[in-house]
Amino acid sequence: MNLRSKINNQIFTFKSVTDVLAKANNEKSGDALVGLAAETATERVAAKLCLSKLQLKDIYENPVIPYEEDEVTRIIYDDVNTAIYKKICNWSVSELREYILSSKSGQNELLNISRGLTSEMIAAVAKLMSSMDLVYASKKIKVAGHCNTTIGLPGTLSFRNQPNHPTDDVEGVLASLKEGLSFGCGDAVLGLNPVEDNVENFERVMMAIVGVKEKYEIPTQCCILAHITTQMQAAKNGIPVDLMFQSIAGTESANTAFGISASMLQEAREIALKLGTSTGPNVMYFETGQGSEISLDCHHGVDEMTLEARTYGVGRRYSPFMVNNVSGFIGPETIYTGKEVLRADLEDLFMGKLHGLPMGIAPCYTNHMKADQDDQEMGTMLCAMAGANFFMGVSGGDDCMLNYQDTSFHDDASIREILNLRPAPEFEKWLEKMGIMENGRLTDRAGDPSIFDK
Amino acid sequence: MDNQIEKDIVESVLAKLLEQGILNPSAKPTQEAANQNTMDTDCEPVTLEPMDFIGVENPHNPEALKMMRKSTPARILMGRAGARQRTASLLNFQADHAAAVDAVFKDVSDAFLAEHNLFKVKTIVKDKDEYLMKPELGKKLSEETKREILDKGEKGKQVQIIVVDGLSSTSIEANIADVMPALIQGLETQGITVAKPFFIQYGRVGVMDDVAPLVACDVIVEFIGERPGLITADSMSAYMAYRPDHNTVEAERTVISNIHRGGTPPAEAGAHLATVVKKMIDNKVSGVKLAELMR
Repeated sequence: MNLRSKINNQIFTFKSVTDVLAKANNEKSGDALVGLAAETATERVAAKLCLSKLQLKDIYENPVIPYEEDEVTRIIYDDVNTAIYKKICNWSVSELREYILSSKSGQNELLNISRGLTSEMIAAVAKLMSSMDLVYASKKIKVAGHCNTTIGLPGTLSFRNQPNHPTDDVEGVLASLKEGLSFGCGDAVLGLNPVEDNVENFERVMMAIVGVKEKYEIPTQCCILAHITTQMQAAKNGIPVDLMFQSIAGTESANTAFGISASMLQEAREIALKLGTSTGPNVMYFETGQGSEISLDCHHGVDEMTLEARTYGVGRRYSPFMVNNVSGFIGPETIYTGKEVLRADLEDLFMGKLHGLPMGIAPCYTNHMKADQDDQEMGTMLCAMAGANFFMGVSGGDDCMLNYQDTSFHDDASIREILNLRPAPEFEKWLEKMGIMENGRLTDRAGDPSIFDK
Repeated sequence: MDNQIEKDIVESVLAKLLEQGILNPSAKPTQEAANQNTMDTDCEPVTLEPMDFIGVENPHNPEALKMMRKSTPARILMGRAGARQRTASLLNFQADHAAAVDAVFKDVSDAFLAEHNLFKVKTIVKDKDEYLMKPELGKKLSEETKREILDKGEKGKQVQIIVVDGLSSTSIEANIADVMPALIQGLETQGITVAKPFFIQYGRVGVMDDVAPLVACDVIVEFIGERPGLITADSMSAYMAYRPDHNTVEAERTVISNIHRGGTPPAEAGAHLATVVKKMIDNKVSGVKLAELMR
């Protein structure tokens, strides 16, 4: 294993595989914060050069966090298909990149080698890719999921209707929910982030949303994004649960800080399948984002992009219906500029897809970052081109509860028109029945939530 | 190219275009027209559309929309242009985001600090970028700054008030004028001594842990700007702790957040804070433990 590289007569020596992985990252404020980032532009490229020549087995044999010490490492290694790994373990990271980009490699080939890749290998190859590489490769893989309905089919683009309200006021929630539906948003899920995380509030808001779904016979799934333990209790109490939501991270200590473990996620999935209200088989909804381990001080000296890949390693064990990436939400100490968010969104979409996950993206930002709605819209357009399964839908792009900005109902409808993408098939039929959509286009009735108030 | 030649060419091209009807003669700005345009100072300036405007065209049920508009601060019912936003709601969004960005990136002005008799010190942070990307640095004061505080401030009073920019300079300028006099008056009527307040630039909540041992106060009241949302950039918090130092954990701080005209009004907040501080001094605790006592 060679950890030295030379550019313009300057020789760079890296301490470990972990060090090469970190320094090969494109610029992100979080890696600089914890002292892992390359110090010069040339050192960054030198790390990429060194990484390109490493063999996949070098990465396999040098886990960024030891197997014995970390549950996430154990999940990743235990889930690798060893027959496939043995076939490709002598490939360099450069060869892996070119295999992925090769015209001969399509979804089947890529999902096959995916089973032999650790998350760190997937992070490594993404570090050797430019923006268009990431879009080009992401576009090849589109994994659908089925809960009550199917999202992620070729030619479709779905949305989570996110009707958040600063006090969980039911009338206010339903106003945003109906507006989103009137723009064609909600085929991925009708999903609210509650202000208060307890079973009583869960039931109150869930029943209001389920009420709309049942009254108008909307083919979709409902979710209240409380902590997973709240949702498990709700399901045990007989409250409808279609999907189990949880934020997950790429180290055991960060997951502990989130109040979860592998066994808890397993139990939640079993409860959803046993006591939940949906058809399945995909009943989990995960959210992830670069930098969460850094902001929790649970990074173990590993860069934020590699930890994000490890998060997908956790996610794929539980056959989720949707994995949503919210890298721009974490804050300026992990991702500072619009350029950093765009890069993270494309990396995450690709890394998730190469894990075989049904990926969506929330290209988003907070007001203390150097990013604005133009960056947000560019993120949405790029990730849609790259074949994201879904985006969020927030009224006017401004989440008045979580205080950040994300894809709006208007953007959702626009991006379908721009790229000729359609809603999930069952949902499109419903939109036609409601007179909201015709031939994939919004009708004059669209954008008027009062069509649900006769 | 010689300036005169260039001017001649431009004029001849423009004359040709005029001749061919490609240029509209009336569109050519004359000196008088330009003057007239800048003379419209008597007109009211154009303004943004009110946020409660309902932009949905030909609504199915206008009454239902009015009810919805009252039910949430979310940006709903703005209507559309194709699938895009109408110009007015697009500009509203941009104006609100601009206010939020300005709140974060602008500094509290020296004129404001002078007016409120606040002397200014800084944490070890270099500039706003470093402040945002390295939160830990916003909790620390240099030895030089500590000497400056001892030099200009007061030691050994019961309460030290500090004003900290945090993530919204705007919120400091919007609320301090009302909240601080109310707090000081409330404390003094209860016979509590108050040290001279001062301002800390590039500060985080934890900076109080450096200040309190330095000035040997019992209670710190720290006014700090909250991360702005698009609904308001004016919101400020008051963090308080009883004898905080480097062993203080977050559960030992008491916080009153959402101080702004649309939330808890600043004067009211100041008076309330005085009663909370009194309880801290009487019980010698703050944070979760104080909350349990007050239950």
